[in-house]
Amino acid sequence: MNTEKNIKKIIIKKPLTLDCGKTINNYPLAYETYGKLNEKKDNAILAFHALSGDQFVSGINPITNKNGWWSYLVGPNKSIDTNKFFVICANVIGGCMGSYGPSDVDPTTGKRLDTNFPVITINDMVNAQYNLLEFFKIDKLYCVTGGSMGGMQALQFVANYPNKSKTAIPIACSASHSAQNIALNELGRQAIMADQNWNKGNYFNANSSPAKGLAVARMAAHITYLSKKGLEEKFGRKLQERDNLKFSFDADFQIESYLRHQGSAFVDRFDANSYLYITRAMDYFDLIKQYNGNLSNAFKESKTKFFIISFTSDWLYPTSENKEIVIALNASGADVGFIEINSDKGHDSFLLDVPDFLKSIKNFIEANY
Amino acid sequence: MKKEFKIIAQLIENNTRVLDVGCGDGILMKYLKDNKNIDTRGLEISKNNVQICIGKGLAVIEGNAEKDLQQFPNSSFDYVILSQTLQAFYKPEKVINDLLRVANKAIVTIPNFGYWKVRSHLLFKGTMPITKNLPDEWYNTPNLHMCSIKDFFNFCSKKGIKLYKSIALHEQKTSNINKMNLNLKNLSSELGIFLIENEN
Repeated sequence: MNTEKNIKKIIIKKPLTLDCGKTINNYPLAYETYGKLNEKKDNAILAFHALSGDQFVSGINPITNKNGWWSYLVGPNKSIDTNKFFVICANVIGGCMGSYGPSDVDPTTGKRLDTNFPVITINDMVNAQYNLLEFFKIDKLYCVTGGSMGGMQALQFVANYPNKSKTAIPIACSASHSAQNIALNELGRQAIMADQNWNKGNYFNANSSPAKGLAVARMAAHITYLSKKGLEEKFGRKLQERDNLKFSFDADFQIESYLRHQGSAFVDRFDANSYLYITRAMDYFDLIKQYNGNLSNAFKESKTKFFIISFTSDWLYPTSENKEIVIALNASGADVGFIEINSDKGHDSFLLDVPDFLKSIKNFIEANY
Repeated sequence: MKKEFKIIAQLIENNTRVLDVGCGDGILMKYLKDNKNIDTRGLEISKNNVQICIGKGLAVIEGNAEKDLQQFPNSSFDYVILSQTLQAFYKPEKVINDLLRVANKAIVTIPNFGYWKVRSHLLFKGTMPITKNLPDEWYNTPNLHMCSIKDFFNFCSKKGIKLYKSIALHEQKTSNINKMNLNLKNLSSELGIFLIENEN
């Protein structure tokens, strides 16, 4: 799945008791950094990646040879300027870019963990990544940020470690994964598990992978990252390299071809079991329940300055869900800013060239440093 | 900073918590934060202004007072400010009630529809008044419920809202409004500034 030589890793010795009850230790955490940590160690930003992301935030991803997932936002002279800030990002546990995940080998049996990998949560991911602060000897981060599942991690981070980050920018996320989102994730998981090659998760030994199932999962998910208007504008009913319908089930329409490409490109870089585990972690995320039905309690102890951002056309994590976070923060008296960015690009807006979004992050990051 | 904001700032005690409803580009918030050690929050409807405020390091949330005031808990602020916006709401009375719910004291300023220039515009020209404080045409004004200083003064006494301070502003000059001079101030002032509190 990945070439190890380009992946930086630390082995976390400290035991971590997961929400499922199991304890893990001596597990790998893969990470990447951008920019330099200054002498005061007050310029560190911990970025959390989303479901399909990895630690390669900016520049060229050495594994995929494509731009990092947040290249528009993070880099020299970008909104999060790496000439000034030290950006750290780790692959989440459960992932497939070098951190402890289902493709790791169980030392006691010598076999891959596959579905014996424990079911992990957003809380577990964040607690694992907290070890990075100790590794870099950073007492307090300047900012924690991320979009989608990355935003959930940012919220969980502040809830778990109330005074370990000066600011937090959770983007296009929710404090409690909605029924609609659980449903969509379940669709993806069922697509993977329905692929015969999945083989109850033991496909590594069988030397084939549930590529078709994973591709369908990705295609379905990808639709949810866009908007009706965005699809209409980008594709409409345009045909793919042909003048007329072919009266077949080939990809007649550009949108079909696009989705097929998204699906097949994804299977080259992503592990199906990781997809199951990470979507499960998102579904289990319910910060409201974790704080006994009152989200404000999650932030009661925090002096962190928040900036919540949503997008008008995001129907996966709509403004209303982001606003719930704002309301909870206001109820706890927290320092919070909020903006809904106009964009037709759907949930994916946070990854794309959306000037108002890029500007808002720059404004916040610069004003509070 | 404009005179109106200077007067508002003087009405607010140092080291307090203040919510500025319709905070615009955050000039007043920034002043209160920097000069009076006030913990400020803002609510603003314009995305562009929210961007400007965020760029000043201010805690401003995008929202509409008629919908979004309800998210703030009771008495979560010492003061709430509403500058020249009351007339633009669908239900001004409900907004006033909400203001006095989230804060112990509210500072409300209103462009005075009783000002003589407004009156004479309608009287002599026979068209909807356009003045410095009311620059829009009738067909594109955001204002739905215009009132005069006298209207607001009467509203407070009718609703049992305590008027701590009533200040009239005219051409940079301020004066206190009271029952005795109400009719005069209602005629001669462009703006009314009121510090109000719930009786109960």
